[in-house]
Amino acid sequence: MTTRPLTTRPVTTRTRKGAPRAGAVPYLFLAPAMVLFTLFMALPIGYTGYLSLRRTKVSGLGLGAGARTEVFAGLGNYAAAIGDGELWAGWLRVLGYGALVLALMLGLALVFALMLDAAHVRLARITRISIYLPYAVPGVAATLMWGFLYLPGLSPFGDHPFLGAGLVTFSMANVAVWGGTGFNMLVLYTNLRAVPREYYEAARIDGAGELAIALRIKIPILVPAIVLTTVFSVVATIQVFTEPTTLRPLTNTISSTWSPLMKVYRDAFVTGDLHSAAATSMVIAGISLVVSLGFLRIVKNHAFGED
Amino acid sequence: MRVYQLATAAILVATLGAACSGGSGEPSATTGGAAASGGPVTLTYWTWVPNMDKIVRVWNQAHPDIQVTVSKQAGGDDAAAKFLTAARAGNPPDLVQAEYQMLPSFVAAGAVADIRAETARAKGEFGEGVWGLVTLGTDAVYAVPQDSGPMMLYYRRDLFEKYGIEVPKTWDEYAEAARAVRGKDPKVFLGTFSSKDPGWFAGLAQQAGAQWWSIDGDAWKVAVDDEATRKVASYWGGLVKEGVIDDMPYFTPEWNKALNDGRLLTWPSAVWGPGVLSSNAPKGKGRWAVAPLPQWNAGENHSGFWGGSSTAVAAKSPSRAAAATFATWLNTDPQALGLLIGEGAVYPASTKGAALMTEAPGYFSTQPDFWKQAAAIGATARGFTFGPDVNVTYNAYRDAFDKAVADRSDFTAAVRTMQDTTVADMRKTGFTLAQ
Repeated sequence: MTTRPLTTRPVTTRTRKGAPRAGAVPYLFLAPAMVLFTLFMALPIGYTGYLSLRRTKVSGLGLGAGARTEVFAGLGNYAAAIGDGELWAGWLRVLGYGALVLALMLGLALVFALMLDAAHVRLARITRISIYLPYAVPGVAATLMWGFLYLPGLSPFGDHPFLGAGLVTFSMANVAVWGGTGFNMLVLYTNLRAVPREYYEAARIDGAGELAIALRIKIPILVPAIVLTTVFSVVATIQVFTEPTTLRPLTNTISSTWSPLMKVYRDAFVTGDLHSAAATSMVIAGISLVVSLGFLRIVKNHAFGED
Repeated sequence: MRVYQLATAAILVATLGAACSGGSGEPSATTGGAAASGGPVTLTYWTWVPNMDKIVRVWNQAHPDIQVTVSKQAGGDDAAAKFLTAARAGNPPDLVQAEYQMLPSFVAAGAVADIRAETARAKGEFGEGVWGLVTLGTDAVYAVPQDSGPMMLYYRRDLFEKYGIEVPKTWDEYAEAARAVRGKDPKVFLGTFSSKDPGWFAGLAQQAGAQWWSIDGDAWKVAVDDEATRKVASYWGGLVKEGVIDDMPYFTPEWNKALNDGRLLTWPSAVWGPGVLSSNAPKGKGRWAVAPLPQWNAGENHSGFWGGSSTAVAAKSPSRAAAATFATWLNTDPQALGLLIGEGAVYPASTKGAALMTEAPGYFSTQPDFWKQAAAIGATARGFTFGPDVNVTYNAYRDAFDKAVADRSDFTAAVRTMQDTTVADMRKTGFTLAQ
């Protein structure tokens, strides 16, 4: 019997007869994605970049037609964005908030996933769904609900300053943890279910208990998934906007520039300076790119099993 | 990056809009007659006045050549931001409800038209103060006044009697009353200082005689940090620091509950207060009363304005004349005024309108002379010119006073911040400033 690969014939046919077509077809398949990408990603980003290099110049009183013109600003908007202490104070606040959210949310997600995956857990399905359910609640609705629970005078937890300067970061982190744990748990849990059960059997024959199995087998296997959920969570934290914006009207401890994205929103829609907002959002996009790529680089070996 | 995407999407829409409208050139100010195009003129109108569609229906029936479509808006700062964004994108509504303090921003952004020619007749229908709010002290007319918000003191008559407190005539008496209430019931406050409502604070500053902005020849003068404003700020700061005035913001669920439960005894607010009270504190029906704001000096008689809005025509509207005709009808015609009062619960800015208000709001049924009181108070209200970047100033108010209240720090420093932020923004944008 010959061991010639089955694919040889079709391949040669195609290279001989269909070569000119084959050159165009892949591009045809790519075209819709490319067009959509250009229209909805590249163009807006490019235009944001263009806007960030310009500014509005007003002359005299600024009233009447023609008093307002758009001029080239060079890197002035970037210099202002980078030199703005409020933006960096915002990053610091988000850093503290993010550390809380990441540690609590991912820690809880891991614990819940391991517990649900342990042998002989009753009502696993119901528990899983009830932990996941908060993720289905829209962020604004969840934050408003928690906001009512936090307000002194309305709170069933008593008259504590949940939204006071000392606790407000924790209160916000709580909303994010409540909403995000279920999703991350599900990612980890799904990964755990894909592990061949034989591993555990072998471990048990070797005398390992559930805890040892979790620590020595399950967690090492989960590392890529943990890295993935961490990257998702880091990106989400950098973009924190819903929680502080929704809680802001209820308290005097959250400023209009509490997080970097809130500053972009304020510049664009409250003070009406699209150019500054564009420059700041470019800076934020750059930082989140550096942070997420940097994190991936550090954990590269674990994330993709590469050496 | 939700907002970032939102912004870029808005930007994309803006480019498309600019591309589409690029060829048409400046719309002529005189188009708008039905004859030009043959069909009826159709106008879109953004407003948050309740039941405006009913009022507009009356107009549409009488004017088949100018048909108006109402688009209901949320109101507040969001509505202003939305209109400015739409104007920038090239597709604003023909008519828009504009709060007085936002009008200069609209004008500075080139978003609203000068309708001086079309409103020559309307001028006589309004008092000088309110007319000044739509001209910004220039020769142009940027809107037709709709409603105004002279400030007065709302108080719980029954609880004042219970605690044995007189209605305060001066701010000193108000402070004394605040202390007395705290002494009698530590759960109750006479009132609260809201770090979220710059319009409220601006009204109190107006009462004290502040002039935050003025036009000096070809230059803007910014005086947010003036004597009168500092006086108001340090007064409230002192009360908050002393702990005799609460510091929860207005319009929060917590505030509603305190009003409803009788734990807040006064609310220095505007003439539109009954609508808020009846929906947010239904239990207080028939128990509230109004009095003039406490005065800074005994014997004086001043008030300020909180809110109030006008009807402006978008600069990009192709039917400017028709839009101005409708705006004039809506805010000066006796039938329209009657509808605004009855259906929209609006306190009209026109002098004729005030005379049409007779029956007290249901919530104040125990005070039959409610409108008479309001009219008398309204006559004592003094406003000021608003600047072209009020939104910046107001945002600075929220941030600076939030912090001052939380830290129990000096309120006059917050006023200083408002001044500095405003001046810095105007300088950065290129406005000519007088010093």
